[in-house]
Amino acid sequence: MGGARTQGAPDGTRMSGSDSDALRPVSVRLERCGKTFADGTKALEPLDLEIAAGETAVFLGPSGCGKTTTLRLIAGLEMPDPGGRVLFDGVDVTALPVEKRNVGLVFQSYALFPNMDVRGNVAYGLRVRGMAKPEREKRVDEMLAMMRIEALAHRRIDQLSGGQRQRVALARALAVRPRALLLDEPLTALDAKLRDALRVEIDALLRRLGITAIYVTHDQAEAMALGDRIVVMEHGRVAQAGTPREIYQAPATRFVAEFIGTMNRLAGRAEAGRFVTAAGAIPWPEAPAGAREILFRPEAVRLSADGETPHLAGAVISAFFMGDHTRLFVAAGEGAPLVVEAAARRHFARGDRVGLVVDPAGLLTLKDSA
Amino acid sequence: MARYRLFLLILPAAIVFTAFFLLPLAQLFVIGAGGKDGIAAYAAIVTDRNYRASLVATVLLSGGVTLATLIISGIAGVFLTRNRFPFRPAVTAMLTFPLAFPGVVIGFMVIMLAGRQGLVGDVTQWVFGDKLVFAYSMAGLFMGYVYFSIPRTILTVMASAEKLDPKLEEAARSLGASPLRVVWDVIIPGLMPAFVAAGAICFATAMGAFGTAFTLATRINVLPMVIYTEFTDQANIAMAAALSFILGAITWLVLAVARTAAGSSVAAAG
Amino acid sequence: MRKRGGLFWFQLGFTLLIVSFLIVPVILSMLAGLTVNYQSGLESGLTFRWVAAVWEGYRQTIFLSIGLALASLAATLVLGVPAAYVLARARGGWARAIEELLVMPVAVPGLATALALIVAYGTWGGFRTSWTFILVGHVLFTLPFMVRSVLAVMHAIDLKTLEEGAASLGASFGQRFFQVILPNCRSGILAGALMVVTLSMGEFNMTWLLHTPLTKTLPVGLADAYASLRLEIGSAYTLVFFVMIVPLLVAIQWAAREPRARRTERA
Repeated sequence: MGGARTQGAPDGTRMSGSDSDALRPVSVRLERCGKTFADGTKALEPLDLEIAAGETAVFLGPSGCGKTTTLRLIAGLEMPDPGGRVLFDGVDVTALPVEKRNVGLVFQSYALFPNMDVRGNVAYGLRVRGMAKPEREKRVDEMLAMMRIEALAHRRIDQLSGGQRQRVALARALAVRPRALLLDEPLTALDAKLRDALRVEIDALLRRLGITAIYVTHDQAEAMALGDRIVVMEHGRVAQAGTPREIYQAPATRFVAEFIGTMNRLAGRAEAGRFVTAAGAIPWPEAPAGAREILFRPEAVRLSADGETPHLAGAVISAFFMGDHTRLFVAAGEGAPLVVEAAARRHFARGDRVGLVVDPAGLLTLKDSA
Repeated sequence: MARYRLFLLILPAAIVFTAFFLLPLAQLFVIGAGGKDGIAAYAAIVTDRNYRASLVATVLLSGGVTLATLIISGIAGVFLTRNRFPFRPAVTAMLTFPLAFPGVVIGFMVIMLAGRQGLVGDVTQWVFGDKLVFAYSMAGLFMGYVYFSIPRTILTVMASAEKLDPKLEEAARSLGASPLRVVWDVIIPGLMPAFVAAGAICFATAMGAFGTAFTLATRINVLPMVIYTEFTDQANIAMAAALSFILGAITWLVLAVARTAAGSSVAAAG
Repeated sequence: MRKRGGLFWFQLGFTLLIVSFLIVPVILSMLAGLTVNYQSGLESGLTFRWVAAVWEGYRQTIFLSIGLALASLAATLVLGVPAAYVLARARGGWARAIEELLVMPVAVPGLATALALIVAYGTWGGFRTSWTFILVGHVLFTLPFMVRSVLAVMHAIDLKTLEEGAASLGASFGQRFFQVILPNCRSGILAGALMVVTLSMGEFNMTWLLHTPLTKTLPVGLADAYASLRLEIGSAYTLVFFVMIVPLLVAIQWAAREPRARRTERA
């Protein structure tokens, strides 16, 4: 599952250096990795997970779901509970502390060393490895060029903007040619515009380097954009792991369905090729027998055209003009209002009666509601 | 984080501290109970008339010093935080300056002001024809303690005044409060945590101060002087131990209570 | 600028009065130390005679105080900086309890601490009469200032993440401690160091009981001089003390300012 990207760099910016220290992405495997903290809180239920070499896996979930703990277990910043194992390329690294694991870490708070300038930060990992100065300088120059921060080389950290700091942090983490790159909410501290720009850049970078990357975020848009595979977590458990498409189109649990994107929900019952609700009936040839609830995304429902027979009838509760479309909240049947997207040019007022047409291909049921 | 590493790193400090502070203090306690009065020595501070008198005098003096210092630091501290004028940094610096003067030097400063050859004496001689000398008494001690308490409190008060939201005062004024009411209803409550913290330090320091009294006169009847006399002149080590243990317990308790009350960390007294 | 009312001038006057209460005696004593005869005033002329007399009679106390201050500094650095690191990194109540204990020598009057040291170690002849006996007292008293000062900076810089960042780049604990942690605590170490030296130089409450005739510190000498010598010599001695302590106090105020402001100034 989850197509690992083709390795190597298609463009000219590939990292130079001898083969021996070129990037060799590893696969990462967690076996029965649980984590209970000293105060007794159980941050992570025993978990099995495999991340292919060169793959970008995104851990997604609300705060406290265990995603950062999982990242820290992989990094070697935390030890799993007894019985748990962390393997890189099949080799057990559980006992190796972080400084021996050769993983690149990028933090939300950057964790740049204020006592060193930009160059000093990027060079630090090479310095502690005892790399000779000429080679070190060359590698630092490459990194600065790759992140396009050559002009900042001699700046102090407190003279940098948030976006610049995160570039330095990436350059620093990548300079040591880590076996995997671990990013813990790297964009959360940035403002929205910068976040989008840097997200595109990180995506391009990960593709180019072909490195195994593990990216922790609570932002589903970020997860969808970056992940080869998304691991949705809840209460210290994996709720679902799959490609962004699978997660979006076929959520395994109610939590996943509602955490990712917007999901409409209607209660009713399946009968003879249709699903009957209090607001009307939706034709649904493959309706599973016994379904009591259906879910569908806003893009699977539209307003009925003139003369068309609507499936559902409802009344507008509120309408938000979004520029390219209008987002409607429609009361239909019992339960939460449905979210429907309509053309931008039409005006709506509270109480307007509307008819809805639902695309049966977009209907979902969940096991727990069947 | 490896626990053994943390343990090893704090070990040297822990050894020195245990060997030279905790154990000696424990021994002091034992010796305090080993005199002719036995464990009753610890009650002597309230049962013995002389000790009780000096305890009362010390508490009254320290309380008075604390009150005076807080009023002075409150007025000057709020003023310095709220106003910008030339030489303001210099004025602030001078107010915090005597922070590290030892008690003996402060005693000497009091002598320079109110001693036999002091400034107050000269001025009163010239104005009233009568020389006012009060350095070698409780009044002189009071003056000295206020002198060394101001630098200790003014920074705390200023830091707290800095955080007071001027909008609160503006809101109170917009509701019709007079300047005095604003002080009473907004500024003083806002500064209360700082007052509690700084006041506790003032009080504890004044209770335990020794150098100033030592310089001014050995006859001033404050607790540290009594302890010193018991120890040197009377060679009553047990009583000196008991009294100083009690004194230490009082000052430590005042600071601990204040720290709990003020919530934030009460900086240690010097 | 806002028009300044009567309240402003009242407060300014009050503040200046307090400033003069603190500063005038300092100036008076400095003058007295340089005046031939303080009783008859400045007309009697200025002289270094008293300062020279102090140097003649008390220079040992000056050297001892400087030595004690430096030794206290060394000891508090070695004991206090690692301790602060532990307190910053350790979770849970026992770290708070240790911190609480460590500041006790400051809360407890010096007189009590000195008595405790004397009853515990007073009979160890060689130790009792050596300057290290005083050093122990000074270290107990100044250690909390070093720990607090360094701890404050450590709490402010997100030490844990910095250390994790360094570790992820392959740095061993020693490398992290000396290349990342210590350099980033410089401001706290500096402030703590200045405080330790200044407080050690001025410590009297404990030292008076701990000293012997052969181990007199500057403040002990001062107390001697105030008690037994003429005002001019006491003043001259105080002047010497001020000359030593004032640069330290200025440095403390400088160090207490925003590190950023300091850096811009230097740049």
